[in-house]
Amino acid sequence: MPYDSILNWIVFKDPMVNPFYNVYNLPYDIGFKLWEILGGAIAWLINLIFPGNGASKFLVSQEVTGILALVLMVVVIFAVAFVINLTMIWEERKVLGRMMDRRATRVGPLGYLQNLADGLKTFLKENITPSKADKKGYMWALSIVIGTSVLIACMIPLSDRWFIADYGAGLLIIFGLFAIAPFMILVAGWAQNNKYALLGGMRAAAQMISYEVPMLIVFASVTLMAKSFNINDIVAAQVGMWFIVPQILGFIVFMVAAVAEAERIPFDLPEAEAELVEGWQTEYSGMKWGLIMLGDYFRGYVACALGVIMFLGGWMIPFTSWNAIPEIVFLLKVFLIFFVFAWIRAAHARVRTDQILWLGWKVLLPLSVINLLIVLALKIGGMV
Amino acid sequence: MTDSFIEAPTPEEVVTLAQAKFPGRITVRKTAVRRVSLTCDRDIIHPLCKYIHDVLNFEQASSVCGVDWVDHMQVVYHLSNYFNGVMIEINVDVPNDDPHIDSVALIWEGADWHERETYELFGIIFDGHPKLERLLTPQNYEFFPFRKSYKLRGQE
Amino acid sequence: MAEMWLTMGPQHPFSHGLWTLKVLADGEIVKDAVPVIGYLHRGWEKECENRPYPLIIPMADRLCYSASMTWSHVYCKVVEEALEIELTDRTKYLRVVADEICRIQSHLMWLAAMGTDLGNLTVFLWALREREFFLDLNVKLCGQRLTTNYPRIGGVRNDMPYYFERDCLRVVKRFEKAIWNIIAMMDESAIVVSRLKGVGVISRKDAANYGLTGPTMRGCGVDFDVRRDDPYCNYDQLDWEVAVCKEGDAYGRYRVRIEEMLQSCEIIKQAMEKLDKLPKTDPTRVKVPKNVPAGTHFARLEDPRGESLMYLISDGSDRPYRLKVRSPIFVNVSASKHLVDGVRIADIPAIMGTIDMCLGETDR
Repeated sequence: MPYDSILNWIVFKDPMVNPFYNVYNLPYDIGFKLWEILGGAIAWLINLIFPGNGASKFLVSQEVTGILALVLMVVVIFAVAFVINLTMIWEERKVLGRMMDRRATRVGPLGYLQNLADGLKTFLKENITPSKADKKGYMWALSIVIGTSVLIACMIPLSDRWFIADYGAGLLIIFGLFAIAPFMILVAGWAQNNKYALLGGMRAAAQMISYEVPMLIVFASVTLMAKSFNINDIVAAQVGMWFIVPQILGFIVFMVAAVAEAERIPFDLPEAEAELVEGWQTEYSGMKWGLIMLGDYFRGYVACALGVIMFLGGWMIPFTSWNAIPEIVFLLKVFLIFFVFAWIRAAHARVRTDQILWLGWKVLLPLSVINLLIVLALKIGGMV
Repeated sequence: MTDSFIEAPTPEEVVTLAQAKFPGRITVRKTAVRRVSLTCDRDIIHPLCKYIHDVLNFEQASSVCGVDWVDHMQVVYHLSNYFNGVMIEINVDVPNDDPHIDSVALIWEGADWHERETYELFGIIFDGHPKLERLLTPQNYEFFPFRKSYKLRGQE
Repeated sequence: MAEMWLTMGPQHPFSHGLWTLKVLADGEIVKDAVPVIGYLHRGWEKECENRPYPLIIPMADRLCYSASMTWSHVYCKVVEEALEIELTDRTKYLRVVADEICRIQSHLMWLAAMGTDLGNLTVFLWALREREFFLDLNVKLCGQRLTTNYPRIGGVRNDMPYYFERDCLRVVKRFEKAIWNIIAMMDESAIVVSRLKGVGVISRKDAANYGLTGPTMRGCGVDFDVRRDDPYCNYDQLDWEVAVCKEGDAYGRYRVRIEEMLQSCEIIKQAMEKLDKLPKTDPTRVKVPKNVPAGTHFARLEDPRGESLMYLISDGSDRPYRLKVRSPIFVNVSASKHLVDGVRIADIPAIMGTIDMCLGETDR
């Protein structure tokens, strides 16, 4: 059934079957079943009080169920992404605590609720806006930074059945949204009317042009090898051999660039707290800062997930076709990469602006081009 | 300068050479192991320090400080040599009604802030200092807190 | 970007205390810098003119919280010179041990601060972990972690407890192994080395002229250490070396401080041996008169941060007529304009970190 309008999403006969790709969508199923329980209960209650009315029938009609199942699906996907994010923050804090020989998180079982406690703390802080800040730029830049970060985190599929939409340009859109945040950091740095924030914003811009180019070249070589932008196709193309084997250079370049994209040590120049106080986040206090930190970890999650999708075979278990719970397999791989991120953070200092430019243009760019040439040679030779 | 450069002068050499250079202007108060204490006139402090720095190789001005002797002021210089650990102490008396003395901040840059501190705490003015402003105390202070005339609460 | 004045401080993460570095930045490049101090000026020297001599010892502790031992030591030393007291050997070696413990913990504090300045929190926590052992030694020796109040005019407060030697040697032995973990974190990280090498270069001549002292000066190639060249407290009877580095950049100063910590371990071990040979019944404190005869005296010693000097004018009463403190950081920070000239803003913490700021003694 070809796609012709948005109504295709909500009006289809058998909701278990996605009409465009004919694949099973687990979050939609969960949403549908949730509405069957919730809506059914509400309709039953209404029917109990006012027997024979139209409202209860309306609530469980096919169209309303379709729409509300979609809403619930979005909620489910966001909740899962949020929990993954909290788990990653928890993982990083635990790993850093062990590596630095100190206490890590303390609240809740295994310290898991520490993040919620910190979130509550930042929520209770006063919401301060500098009086001389550019109000629109100040709030919009922040909203876009956090919004795009959350959006791409939700767009990452956990498996071939856990996704929002399975569309042709999947990875391309994720990369596009991934690169918006540094621009908005520049805007935010300017709008805060603070010299440290301005310097942080300029650093974000300078840093972005140095790692974005090699990152996109690596992305191009991956999609060239998989012959598709679609995430499912890219993962499916890695059945016999993960892309990390022919493209080990690309993997390294991508991971370095991903650390820079997620603004983590050693590439957290825009928020270098030793020299720029808190860089571009200087004037964002209280909950705004809490959301920025949350958004940072969403971006860290996206960076790890992209690495897994593009190089580590996505949700597939190596050396076997058995694939019981692909979501868990995928997340385990993501957490493994994030462990390496935390490790790097524990082991390294912060680089200087000129050093990251040097690294981006003189090391990562040639390596990514070599990687692209290898892929081209393999293509021409007919190996892949 | 015709004087020959000496890398590590002993206290005796310091005394003889300085007295030969400025005859009659320098009084030696005491010498000890690696210690020389001199007193000199106010007007020769700059040439004397230049001589000590250039010829006797005292590369560092450890400290410059002021003393309020109520009837007159005093500036005390501590100069040290990095090759044998000899230290020269020079006392220069400055009259109360004309608290001026030549600055040595251009000979030893390390003496710069010491002189500023002495100026703000004692009111001794160092002529030729590149930037004689208050350093530790607020700029709008009009008194010199380390003079004996400025009493602490318990001293009154 | 146009040039702009950036006020780094007094509540800036890099400043490690209350001081301000006003920086004229052209984009990221530093064109000019003006250090501003005085936020912590307490009139320390004037305050001392109002107190009997023994009551100044706890005040000298507060000059710098991480070098309290050496500051009260230099104060006691200048009063002892005025009184012409000769200390017993046991006192001298006890002071040596206490000073070197103080030096190691102060340098570890610097190393921790250096870690945060460069963005490496692991170095910070590891260095502070090692420092705790030395602070525990302070507790065992004098009952206090930071403001030790240990030296006395004419001796030290108490002899070391019977278990101190065993504990001290254990801590030193442990530290000599553990420091290499931290050195590996710094030296084997290409990022740290590239951040430190070649920035903040000062030539030997300039270092002497700017009045830099201590590890900062020795990192610039000046081969001078008060402990060796103007010996006090039997330092000349111990076998150790002065760490000097010719490069004059931030990395050189970093290496000098690391080497100094290892040399301090050596000194502690030898001083402990010497203490072992001395009879346990030796007095650790001699009786001193209340009034100090009139005269002018000065004493200097090697503080962890540089050369500290006190100049005492006594007038025969029980209070000093004038007590001048020469603080090493006061002079070192006045050279910060030359240190940060032409570097990037990101280098400022790395360079000023090697100065090892301590504002209590700077402003006094």
